[in-house]
Amino acid sequence: MQKSLIRGVQGRGKFIIGGMFILAAIIYLIVSATQSNAEYFMTVNELRSKGNSLVGRSLRISGAVIGDTIQYDPLTMNLTFDIAHVPGDNAAINMGGGLAAVLHTAVTDPTRTRLTIIYNGPRPDLLRDEAQAIITGHLGEGGIFYADELLLKCPTKYQEGIPSQVVNSN
Amino acid sequence: MLAQFGIGMFLLTFLLALFSVGAAVAGYFSKSDRWVEAARRSMLLIFPLITVAALTLIYLLVTGHYEIEYVYSVTSNDMPFYLKVTALWGGQAGSLVLWSWLMSAFASAVTLRKWERDRELLPWVIVVTSVTLAFFLSLTILYENPFARWWQTTAGDFVPRMFAPAGAVAITPMDGQGLNPLLRHPGMIVHPPMLYLGFVAFVIPYAFAIAALVTGHSDDRWIRLTRRWTLVAWVFLSIGLVLGMRWAYDVLGWGGYWAWDPVETASLMPWLTGTAFLHSVMIQEKRGMFKQWNMLLIILTYALVIFGTFLTRSGVFSSVHAFSQSAIGPMFFAFIGITFVTSLALLIYRWKDLRAEVEMRSLFSREAFFLLNNLLFMGVLIVCFWGVIFPLISELVTGQKVTVGPPFYQRANGPLFGALMAIMGIAPLTAWGRSTAGTLGRMLWKPAIPSLLTTVILLFLGMRNWIALIGFTLVAFVIFVTIYEFWSGGRSREKKVKENFLVALWQLVGRNRRRYGGYLIHLSMVVMAIGILGIEVYRTTTQKTLAVGEDIQIAGYTLRYNSLAQFPSTDGRFVTRANMSVFRDGKLLGNLYPRYDYYPTSGQMMTVAGVRSTLADDLYVVLVNWENVSLIQAPFKVYHNPLINWLWIGSLMFIFGFLVAAWPDREKEKREE
Repeated sequence: MQKSLIRGVQGRGKFIIGGMFILAAIIYLIVSATQSNAEYFMTVNELRSKGNSLVGRSLRISGAVIGDTIQYDPLTMNLTFDIAHVPGDNAAINMGGGLAAVLHTAVTDPTRTRLTIIYNGPRPDLLRDEAQAIITGHLGEGGIFYADELLLKCPTKYQEGIPSQVVNSN
Repeated sequence: MLAQFGIGMFLLTFLLALFSVGAAVAGYFSKSDRWVEAARRSMLLIFPLITVAALTLIYLLVTGHYEIEYVYSVTSNDMPFYLKVTALWGGQAGSLVLWSWLMSAFASAVTLRKWERDRELLPWVIVVTSVTLAFFLSLTILYENPFARWWQTTAGDFVPRMFAPAGAVAITPMDGQGLNPLLRHPGMIVHPPMLYLGFVAFVIPYAFAIAALVTGHSDDRWIRLTRRWTLVAWVFLSIGLVLGMRWAYDVLGWGGYWAWDPVETASLMPWLTGTAFLHSVMIQEKRGMFKQWNMLLIILTYALVIFGTFLTRSGVFSSVHAFSQSAIGPMFFAFIGITFVTSLALLIYRWKDLRAEVEMRSLFSREAFFLLNNLLFMGVLIVCFWGVIFPLISELVTGQKVTVGPPFYQRANGPLFGALMAIMGIAPLTAWGRSTAGTLGRMLWKPAIPSLLTTVILLFLGMRNWIALIGFTLVAFVIFVTIYEFWSGGRSREKKVKENFLVALWQLVGRNRRRYGGYLIHLSMVVMAIGILGIEVYRTTTQKTLAVGEDIQIAGYTLRYNSLAQFPSTDGRFVTRANMSVFRDGKLLGNLYPRYDYYPTSGQMMTVAGVRSTLADDLYVVLVNWENVSLIQAPFKVYHNPLINWLWIGSLMFIFGFLVAAWPDREKEKREE
């Protein structure tokens, strides 16, 4: 009786240990993959205030495109441009009179924080003055942002006028 | 007129579904066969009625009744006939109609079977299927009416309504907006129905599971009765997923097949629990174990099926699937919550009755490996679930907007998929019940040697990427184990029955269809893994703006830009098409025609890649439509995707394996009766 009980516990014990081991492995995988691959949404101001602590991290930045700064070489497909800070949350954008107005003030206001973007690839059609850019990439040394992906929205073209990262606040 | 008729039909079927639920419950508790029979008949009546309603909608779509808002939003005059028919599932409202239609067809098929032996289960099967059906029908009637028509209100606004708002005038547009160009693809005709067939078919085993829980049948009858349903559901879901990959590869023009976008991930989740279920029910049938676990898996699968339908159709997450947005989200959440909690409560109520009949003893037994398989599938599920909800949690807790992309899923799921492949190789060699490391080792060394030899050869050939080395070794391992299983099974039968080896093999597979069909499916999975490893590890890409006559190089290929043509197509598209020649070692291999189509009606663009596909690799060229292309120069993006074709070859093998496993075996079924 006593013996069989012990054996039962032992028998189950190895499965419990095995199960714990697998559970620990899964948790480890999730935690480490989340830490190394999480992509942070940020405004230009937030990026500047955090400074170099963000170098190398995967980031998603939103800002207003400053038309005069766009430089594109069609042969090498090298593209650089500056973006100006726009507030990240919906309420602030509505306060500022909608996205088009907010983008316009951002571009015309010389005191706004700016960020230089470098991208290699075809120049997007929608990349123009006062467009909203949503850029995925990482911050390099010297405060230049290296983009892997560009997403552009023109409030005139998209009547909803709310940037996608605000709607999809996930 | 037809519209009123159509929605009237839906209203009628909704009432019939409610009646079925009531009559079945009443029949069960009063032990009255007449009530149960009434429930069954009303259930059987629903399918023809929904068919009439769905055909009415298809008729409106095909004949261009643009006064109906749904018809207006998904069809246009320039669309070919077959696309007008398939526009049924081109939008939200129509997809829900398709769901209900399939659900009623499956429910009818189930209620038509002979029920003498399982009389007790029938009422609850009817209840579960009817409740599900009633939920989807209520969405159609209350929120997503495909028959609503256009009205112009006194204020001048255009609104879709079933009945005229006060003072409004009926409006009939001349032409519709047309189906989203991305959906005008042969893959799109089959991808959603396949996925839905899979989704809906999983409701049937769930219904039987709930019926077994309510009536207190703790045996495995519900599993035996729904064995084929489960397999069919799983196969359709799998085919649906693969077709989705193929569509993404052909149409989205980014050179990939799977982006881990929340909607894709959500449709993968029921597949994961379904696959785990498919494996673990075998343990219950063979050993009387895992009963509670199987219940939990099917309950989870059902919840994930509804969650998947909800995600694909709610626009909660922005993705390539965000074709339609709607307010039915809260309804879905409520329905998932209520059914999930009720099911769990039932399971807890019956928890003690569902104890295992024997205890698992050995870590090296086959049941232990099935358990491990299940844990790993749940692991992948948790990773996927975390990836989908992490952004929501993160913002709630820290206020910081964070998201995780494909690298997260690849890194977290990669090792789990690798472990699953290893088990796929080891498990067929294990024995039931008592088994030790020694006995397993004796089985293992034969297929292990050629697998390790494969690794050495790959190393010798210059493969240095460790992920690829591990991956291809595991692929080789599973292939050798499978061949070994067929070979040793055939040989022992050859000796025992004195048959020719091939005849013996044929007989062996014929008599153990589920087992050997399963092995063929395993084989197809690793063949798919070859394609996935190829593209994930070895894909290269390059881009360049080319003037006419200029070259671009990738992976030993040279592509020359010859010319550009722009012309209107007969169906209203405006086509911009480049002509490129592909060379290798100075030899012309053929021409590619990457293009993009502009749809003036909707103002949408569609990129169609030029693809040269071989067993070794795909050359995938995209004419980038972002920048204004001129006749002198155009920007191109080129992908080199090694081995990707094996993904599609594997999926065809997969269907073959399924046919072997699911082909009806009359003798065996008779024996089991």
